[in-house]
Amino acid sequence: MSEIFKGIEPMVHNSKISVPYSWWAGDTASKFFISLRDARKIIAPRCGKCGKVFMPPRKVCPACFTENTDWVDVSDEGTVVSYSVSRRRLEAIPGDKKVPVIWGLIKLDGADTALLHYLDEVDPGSVTIGMRVKAVFAESRTGGIRDISHFKPVK
Amino acid sequence: MDRTAIIGVGMTNIEAEKRRETFADMAWEAVNKALSDAGMTIADIDNVVTTSSDFWDGRTISLMAVGDVSGAAEKNVSCVEGDGTYGAFYANARALSGSYKTTLVTGHSKGSQCVSSLITNAAFDPIYERALGMDMVTACAMQANAYMNRTGVKPEDAALVSVKNHGNALKNPVAQLPMNITVNDVMASEMIADPLRKLDCSPVSDGCCAVIIAHESVATKFRQKPVWIRGLSFCTDSFFFGDRDLARSKALTEAAKKAYAMAGIKDPRKEIDLVELYDAFSYQELLWLEEMGLADYGKAAARLKAGEFNLDGALPVNPSGGLLSGHPVIAAGLYRIAEIVLQLRGDAGAHQVKKAKTGLAHGVNGLCGQSHCVWILDKEK
Repeated sequence: MSEIFKGIEPMVHNSKISVPYSWWAGDTASKFFISLRDARKIIAPRCGKCGKVFMPPRKVCPACFTENTDWVDVSDEGTVVSYSVSRRRLEAIPGDKKVPVIWGLIKLDGADTALLHYLDEVDPGSVTIGMRVKAVFAESRTGGIRDISHFKPVK
Repeated sequence: MDRTAIIGVGMTNIEAEKRRETFADMAWEAVNKALSDAGMTIADIDNVVTTSSDFWDGRTISLMAVGDVSGAAEKNVSCVEGDGTYGAFYANARALSGSYKTTLVTGHSKGSQCVSSLITNAAFDPIYERALGMDMVTACAMQANAYMNRTGVKPEDAALVSVKNHGNALKNPVAQLPMNITVNDVMASEMIADPLRKLDCSPVSDGCCAVIIAHESVATKFRQKPVWIRGLSFCTDSFFFGDRDLARSKALTEAAKKAYAMAGIKDPRKEIDLVELYDAFSYQELLWLEEMGLADYGKAAARLKAGEFNLDGALPVNPSGGLLSGHPVIAAGLYRIAEIVLQLRGDAGAHQVKKAKTGLAHGVNGLCGQSHCVWILDKEK
């Protein structure tokens, strides 16, 4: 630090970037969201070549590098592959969620890849890998990932 | 193939809040330290690669803000958005291209100026995932749970990584968090996201690192002893966590294999003398070591406990204190490279390891180690 800046109080300039984004969901996610919203059904695209069923839905099979050809119904029940419990109120957590928030990576029956979502109606300390869970749909559905409210343990 | 070497490195101190330096001020310091280390002037630099993230920096085209202080005026300057090891990978390609002989690569970050949780949340898929509110910490907690469930490694086993690395930092004047702590201290620290406690997580940091890479035709032209690049590779896994096996990292296994093959390394456990790796969270040091083939899967914790990864152990890991002792995102991997360079030259001071001929530097890009970059550096050509 050179002598000329000795004793200078560090100033701070506060600012914020506020830029709205409207992401077009695209055909694949739109089809999935409409099914959640209107029929409370979880559907997923399947690769015509290797037969893999993808959650969350996407247009392309990364292994075969081809477009997925058909859609199948997958179960609203599945198995917890891993989970995470936030004890601290991290800034990214939505305002309507209270800590502890539990997220699960859930492999639905009939799908080959796992979906990220909330786990709830369960004590965070008793969540385990391998636990069976079932989707709870939101009462008010607008065509988005939170049309599924959360997954709860299968009794 | 032509060879390249690292002929100069410069690091700012890693600090929680650099209140007296802007991005450009930090870069100015690191660049000048690297030039002075190399015995070069800015006129000796043929081209510049910066590494930064517009989202972390809070400005678009962020490289343009550090170009002047990197001596990029009237030169070819380009930016890599990702970890510093990837910027250096590109810098190396330029030094090999035939168009340039020397490349200056920098990486800068100021975590103190933004909100890490919001920035890393934005790395999730905007349509399917972002609204759920996960971030880097909660994502890595998910990986830690998967890893511990698969291997039987316990949180207290991983806590020892934090103890070792904060302890090593006591000997590194650049480190932000030198600390003499115990496993009990880690286990008593705040639970942030099970099983990750505060002392399992790397801190928010500010810092800039600069590295100069030269083609072999000019590598010995300047003052500094060159450290030779023997092998480097990077490899990427699937984007969605649910497509990956989160308890493993096949991208790292692949990257390491390719880097070893390029370096002509047959038995990395015998031929690698020390490692600087991307320990953003304590469990990651164990998992990354295993996936690089430097320990059996699920067995790194036992070797850590036996002291093998200590500064004076058989394979010193993060003698600098690692990311747990200072994590300027983006710059972090470049710091790993710079630290290995100092070690191989015998210039690491108090945290110098005894046997340092061949070193491995490792960087990560993406959530839960989606992508890994592995460098094998050597004292000898």
